[in-house]
Amino acid sequence: MEHPSPTNQGSSPPSRPRTLFEKIWQQHEVKAATADHPAVLYIDLHLIHEVTSPQAFDELRRRGLKVRRPDRCLATMDHSTPSLPADAAGAFPYVDDLARKQVEKLVENCRAFGIELYDLNSEHQGIVHVIGPEMGATQPGKTIVCGDSHTSTHGAFGALAFGIGTSEVGHVMATQCLLQHRPKTTAVEFTGRLKPGVGAKDMILALIAEIGVGGGTGQVFEYRGEAVEALSMEERMTLCNMSIEAGARAGLVAPDQKTFDYLKGRPWSPQGQAWEKAVARWRELPTDEGAAFDRVVHIDASRIEPMITFGTHPGMAMPIDDTVPAEIHGEATDKALNYMQFKAGETLIGKKVDVVFIGSCTNSRISDLREAASIFRDRNVAPGVRALIVPGSKKVKAMAEAEGLDQIFRAAGAEWREPSCSMCIAMNGDQVGAGQLAVSTSNRNFEGRQGKGSRTLLAGPATAAAAAVTGVVTDARRLGGT
Amino acid sequence: MDVFRQVTSHTAVLPQANIDTDQIIPARFLKITDKQGLGENAFYDWRYDEQGKPNPAFVLNQNPFDQAGVLVAGDNFGCGSSREHAPWALLGKGFRAVISTRIADIFSNNALKNGLLPIVVDSAFHQKLTAQPGATVNIDLEQQTVTLAEDGARVGFTIDPFARYCMLHGIDHLDFLLQQEEAIKAYEEAAA
Ligand code: SF4
Repeated sequence: MEHPSPTNQGSSPPSRPRTLFEKIWQQHEVKAATADHPAVLYIDLHLIHEVTSPQAFDELRRRGLKVRRPDRCLATMDHSTPSLPADAAGAFPYVDDLARKQVEKLVENCRAFGIELYDLNSEHQGIVHVIGPEMGATQPGKTIVCGDSHTSTHGAFGALAFGIGTSEVGHVMATQCLLQHRPKTTAVEFTGRLKPGVGAKDMILALIAEIGVGGGTGQVFEYRGEAVEALSMEERMTLCNMSIEAGARAGLVAPDQKTFDYLKGRPWSPQGQAWEKAVARWRELPTDEGAAFDRVVHIDASRIEPMITFGTHPGMAMPIDDTVPAEIHGEATDKALNYMQFKAGETLIGKKVDVVFIGSCTNSRISDLREAASIFRDRNVAPGVRALIVPGSKKVKAMAEAEGLDQIFRAAGAEWREPSCSMCIAMNGDQVGAGQLAVSTSNRNFEGRQGKGSRTLLAGPATAAAAAVTGVVTDARRLGGT
Repeated sequence: MDVFRQVTSHTAVLPQANIDTDQIIPARFLKITDKQGLGENAFYDWRYDEQGKPNPAFVLNQNPFDQAGVLVAGDNFGCGSSREHAPWALLGKGFRAVISTRIADIFSNNALKNGLLPIVVDSAFHQKLTAQPGATVNIDLEQQTVTLAEDGARVGFTIDPFARYCMLHGIDHLDFLLQQEEAIKAYEEAAA
């Protein structure tokens, strides 16, 4: 199948230095903003899943409209889908009828509107933000949207990627465009290098703890600096993924050789001569020397410790061996601590854990599973702990199995599941029980996010794995292995 | 979309900061494929107990707050996911406007497309509102003002002029985009 290359127009030298964001924005303005209306922005890639699309398809039907560019859509199913395989007859164990119907509706809608769908029987199925990059659909310079706030993940490739609501899903389907106000830009400069045993998840939790969950409202972040350049593509995805948890519209990392190497030869990537041309275009994208951001935030990467959350939003995060604060950003933490059953001044190290979840669009890629496996190897899941490991896509699952990671997890007593959002959002039946304490590699620790009454600690894969094998909150560096 | 010019109603106050979309409408209610019934499930986990009975301590279960048309909420309201089910649920519950000191971007965008007015006010006025739950306010979209009936205290608010125009006239954003077909075509041809 032929896929259009991204629409990077106008390669004439800019008259003034511009940021990566500005370049992508300007290249996609079908109409600039006027006093009467916001900018009309062209969208190169529309990612679709079962939860936020049905009402949009219905709106198209109601108006007698088509999907304008089915070739710019990529659809999959992930939120309501089971993490257990089909039975012998090929039937999938949906949590309830509503979930099954929602998935069937997507199949029906994609068929009716001519959209390519990676369904549960496809070898490409997976969490939408994991498979976009994996397929090579996510490319530098593109505008990418999805009815899902973690669309910010794709910014790791130097694409302007952001979440939209269902009305806007309909707008993109019908017109391939969105009405958008131009956000402001923030340079997030991570200076210095990370210490061993500290990863991208710790960087983003440290940032959100620093600026707060509303600190990015109205902004697009560009992550810069030595520590960001040193990250692998998978780690950059983890970093960009949680931009939305600071309230930012999107997160960006400038494309570089790592980006190009990752994309080369993937199914949707340009091939042959088109590849060379694309790379030449992509090399023009990084922020010009001297370009101005609306704001700059500095974080010393060398001082970041493995992070863990203690409260009920991702900004309530701290170094794993710190004590729980009574206040963060001038906001008292008492209500959150009451929900979490923690006390200010105590440490979380040694807290008994009931559930460990390794998965989600934040940390379910092969490098995350390798990191977790290095801790599970030759160890057992502690008695009384349920450990659920959910690869982000069929491809990640196959890779992990080819490397024998699934054997390490299974031998340790962890559950090895099928690709889905699973316990991240607890829509498919995988959930944390009321009152249970979970260490999760996902992105939201909101009240009830992982099931009514669930208590979530967010952390990176090593910390989660360490909790699984010790049965308590543990600094993974004490165990070695990463 | 319904025309929105003025709303006069009493308020309900949820003063805590960072009320996320998982609180407004928990994820397990997102399996629907239409927009029906969300109002009954708005704030479900705060509103109902284990047995599904209304929790009498929760403000939206108390008279007259259960009939409020204006929600006054703490800073950074609507953070979290992009689910448009959140404004659908609030509209279903009978709210026409949300007032806070900061409202998350995607929530705000979604609300405006459904005739739910997101209003950001300064913290002084916000404090005044949170101090008097159930106070009657008048919201005038044409004038872009919120007025407290009791003492006539008034603040202005800003709103994207395009969204305001659409709300005042009941115009859908998609209609506008559909009229841009020629420009979109020209863009695609130039980009090809
Ligand atoms: S894994 Fe979680 S955050 Fe990511 S798309 Fe699925 S539900 Fe959303």
